[in-house]
Amino acid sequence: MTAASDGVILRLDRVTKRFGGLTAVDSVSFDINRGEIFALIGPNGAGKTTLFNTVTGMYKPTSGTITFDGREITGLKPYRVASLGIGRTFQQIRLFSYMSALDNVKVGEHHTMRAKLWDSLFTTPKARREEREVNARAMDLLKFVDIQHQAHNYARNLPYGHQRRLEIARALATNPQLLLLDEPAAGANPQEKRQLMELVEKVRGRGITILLIEHDMKVVMGISERILVLDYGQKIAEGKPQEVRTDPRVIEAYLGKSA
Amino acid sequence: MLAGDTAMRWATGWFKSRNRTIYTLLIVGALLFPSVADVTTGGEGNHLIGTAADAGVFVLLAIGLNVVVGFAGLLDLGYAAFFAIGAYTYGMFASGQLLASPLHHEFHIPFWVLLLVGMFVAASFGIILGAPTLRLRGDYLAIVTLGFGEIVPRMVQYLGAGSPIGNWTGGVNGIAAIDPPKLPFFLTGPWVGAPIELIKNFDFTNQVAYPMDFYLLMLILIALCVVLATNLYNSRIGRAWMAVREDEVAAAASGINTVAIKLTAFAIGASFAGFAGSYYGAKLSLVSSDNFEFIVSVTILIMVVLGGMGNIPGVIVGALMIYLVQFFVLTNLPDWAQAVASTVGLSGLNQSHGDWVGLRDEVQRLNYLIFGLILVVTMVLRPQGLFPSRIREQELEKGTEEQAVFDLREDQS
Repeated sequence: MTAASDGVILRLDRVTKRFGGLTAVDSVSFDINRGEIFALIGPNGAGKTTLFNTVTGMYKPTSGTITFDGREITGLKPYRVASLGIGRTFQQIRLFSYMSALDNVKVGEHHTMRAKLWDSLFTTPKARREEREVNARAMDLLKFVDIQHQAHNYARNLPYGHQRRLEIARALATNPQLLLLDEPAAGANPQEKRQLMELVEKVRGRGITILLIEHDMKVVMGISERILVLDYGQKIAEGKPQEVRTDPRVIEAYLGKSA
Repeated sequence: MLAGDTAMRWATGWFKSRNRTIYTLLIVGALLFPSVADVTTGGEGNHLIGTAADAGVFVLLAIGLNVVVGFAGLLDLGYAAFFAIGAYTYGMFASGQLLASPLHHEFHIPFWVLLLVGMFVAASFGIILGAPTLRLRGDYLAIVTLGFGEIVPRMVQYLGAGSPIGNWTGGVNGIAAIDPPKLPFFLTGPWVGAPIELIKNFDFTNQVAYPMDFYLLMLILIALCVVLATNLYNSRIGRAWMAVREDEVAAAASGINTVAIKLTAFAIGASFAGFAGSYYGAKLSLVSSDNFEFIVSVTILIMVVLGGMGNIPGVIVGALMIYLVQFFVLTNLPDWAQAVASTVGLSGLNQSHGDWVGLRDEVQRLNYLIFGLILVVTMVLRPQGLFPSRIREQELEKGTEEQAVFDLREDQS
């Protein structure tokens, strides 16, 4: 395992996930390089989200191994995966509805905070100092995703596009090296889509590797360095956007679906 | 003038927060209550003050259950079990009870020590129960806690005289003649001078004639618990509890060890109950398994839900209200009904005719039906509780321009 040194941040080796008789992810292998934007595309039901859930520990893979930053993470619990440096967002937005946007982001900082039960019970100076720092960092992240004016509103009261951004800010608060974005532009209008993709670029600018799920092929073409296409749980193509776009199997998978 | 102006501005700022207003009223009320009780009853206020000191137990319990149910969103239907554990911890180690046990030795550990011990013992049981079960979600957890709430009183009854491992708990008879608290030696020693000589009167020995010592002790315990619970709520742990309550999957994906954080809520909730239990044992100087039945768990839960889940001042008011209804309104209602009937000229209702046993006794019989009605009406009128939590109220008020016009949750719940 020399993955850490050779620039590979995430390596999937023949990862399979079965639900009863259904094989949602079928022996998928790929590497993601440090610092790139890697897109995972495919028609509905291709197994993209299942693959995400397998990487982040929500599901245990039926077989295969997942290596992150040179360390095997197969079957680790989600909170362990998150604290090792994989952040994620959800296709269906999952914010903490009755918490302010700022608190949503601060939850992401939870695992990096050092205040113990004792500090919390008595609000020791240490806890107070840490709380202030976390507050400032969370505000910075809200600024980064451009919704700082929403800091004190309930997450559920934010407009849709802002909720998407808030999810990204919360994921960034966990201090990830790799960020998994599950259709961040789903349901957004073309202008919002463009802005969200700009944000993805900006996140990468912080040195964070990005694994992006996108249903809409056009959206990812411009932004990703490499694309992997899934269909019925299997990898049918992998490569640069140009190569993938012209791959007959990809065209068939997409056109066959939509026809 | 200027000072008055500043004070005015300070006061308007202070009372803008509903919670601060409630706290202020509660503190003033608590401090004035003994005098008012004494004056209004013509110097016979001791009984009322003693009752208020009992009500405080339920305030503590409601604050503790609120951590579990309100903050972390875990439905605990067996909370009285932890209360029992605290009470029995005190009862066993501050009475002659263990002389009858295989230890053949009685313990009289000071109240102040056992208050902490009871807390830790209850918290340990919280962890023992929580560790295998907190992986369960919602409804399943409720059933498990229900079972636990049933097991603890049965165990306590079983471990009396004649159990295979000896008489530890006094069985169905409970434990009587439990030591009252004693003031710590540094307050009572011969070195105590005139200025705090007064404190020696707070000796917890004759609570019928002098219940103020328990009343004051209760106020101190409540204040302590309110401060600790509020601190937790505003800390990283409180935030994690709320995150787990709102969305467990997202909380885990944000790096929160959901099982551990739920376990913390459970243990802390239990420790509050243990705390309350020790006090309860000392106050009654008698513990019996009857005091920890399922109905007690349900009553505490009602206090939390009716007061306003998640909001500490809300659940305090809820606890006081329910206690007032149960132990004052319901017990006096038969007499009131009789009196009202006589004054409005319906005294015929007060006599019994055939199946009608007279208004007083009829009301007596329907006591809990009336209690149920009060609950139903309150929850219909205020489904969110009397004083619901407006999470981070202060923070949220700042950003009013972006806020939604209405709050859907209030309509849904």
